[in-house]
Amino acid sequence: MARSDVQLMLDVKAGDEQSFALLLQRYRSPLVNFLYRMVRNREQAEDLAQEVFIRVYRARADYVPSAKFTTWLFRIATNLALNSLRDTRHQRMDISLDAPLSADAESGDERTLDVTDKHPDIEQHLVEEARKAMIKHAIDKLPEKQRAAVLLHKYQELDYGEIAKILACSESALKSLLFRAYETLRVELAPLVSGAK
Amino acid sequence: MEDMSCSRIEKQMMPYVDGRLKVSEQQQVETHLAACAACRVRVNEFRAVSGLLDELPQIEPSGAFDARVRARVAAEPVKQSWWAVFAPSPRAAFAASLLLLATIWIGSRPGNVNTTNSAANGGVQNIDPNDLPVLENYDILANFEPLTELPQPVQADEPDDSDSNQSM
Repeated sequence: MARSDVQLMLDVKAGDEQSFALLLQRYRSPLVNFLYRMVRNREQAEDLAQEVFIRVYRARADYVPSAKFTTWLFRIATNLALNSLRDTRHQRMDISLDAPLSADAESGDERTLDVTDKHPDIEQHLVEEARKAMIKHAIDKLPEKQRAAVLLHKYQELDYGEIAKILACSESALKSLLFRAYETLRVELAPLVSGAK
Repeated sequence: MEDMSCSRIEKQMMPYVDGRLKVSEQQQVETHLAACAACRVRVNEFRAVSGLLDELPQIEPSGAFDARVRARVAAEPVKQSWWAVFAPSPRAAFAASLLLLATIWIGSRPGNVNTTNSAANGGVQNIDPNDLPVLENYDILANFEPLTELPQPVQADEPDDSDSNQSM
């Protein structure tokens, strides 16, 4: 039977390095994805995710399971992401002037489609790429706290109480935050939303 | 009146879409939706947006990610608790124990009792050298002759000084 996050963390506190490796294995992907959607840069997201794990490791001696482990983990991640966004705001404003509208533009993984590609569904592929780029762009345009709320709610599937603790706000404020975020997304993605209905 | 209901339902809208409302709250929302076309459209579009967000692919951390984290963890200094400052190291504790045992052993030896008694009876001359096997240079200690050869302390020669002063 798999040990719970809290049990693993308590084992790390007791000096079991293997338990830390299990936590790393369990949360590296969710953390990197969350941070990637927050800071829009893959390399930076991985650096921040590493920092989250190091902070968890450093705090092991003082760890008290007073809240869910994920609340603690994503609170560290959210704070690091918001700080990073604040620190690089001017830099990002300079870059965005010439940034292409692409699904992976910021990650450096941008792929150009070869027109001689023998892909049988090239047109369909192009439509899908454009669609993803539009969705990603709409999320990127959200104010940082709204974006964090949407990502934690949609992709991490955390409950409202947990997200509220991570974002240091009340549950009521979180629900308003999510409403405003979805209102913005609804407008931004109107062409896709109308087609989806 | 409808505006008031719409604004009140705003906070319930996402939990309603998620299906995370209590039964009573859900019924209240549905009553409102039955009467308000604008909120009905909004709820449907929120569901559509939620579906669109599912289309974004997940990324995988790079292959070197774990190795980098492990390297950073390995480079972390060993953290000692505040109380550890007062905790002696095993080596120091062992040395202190040995010192304590040696002190007790030496203190409990019968030779020490004789030494004390003989000292009380008038001096070190009465010490039996056999009782001090460790003290190999007992002869040197027992022989005070070198001390008698020390030069006599210089007497204060104030009168001479006064004489010389006078002579000057």
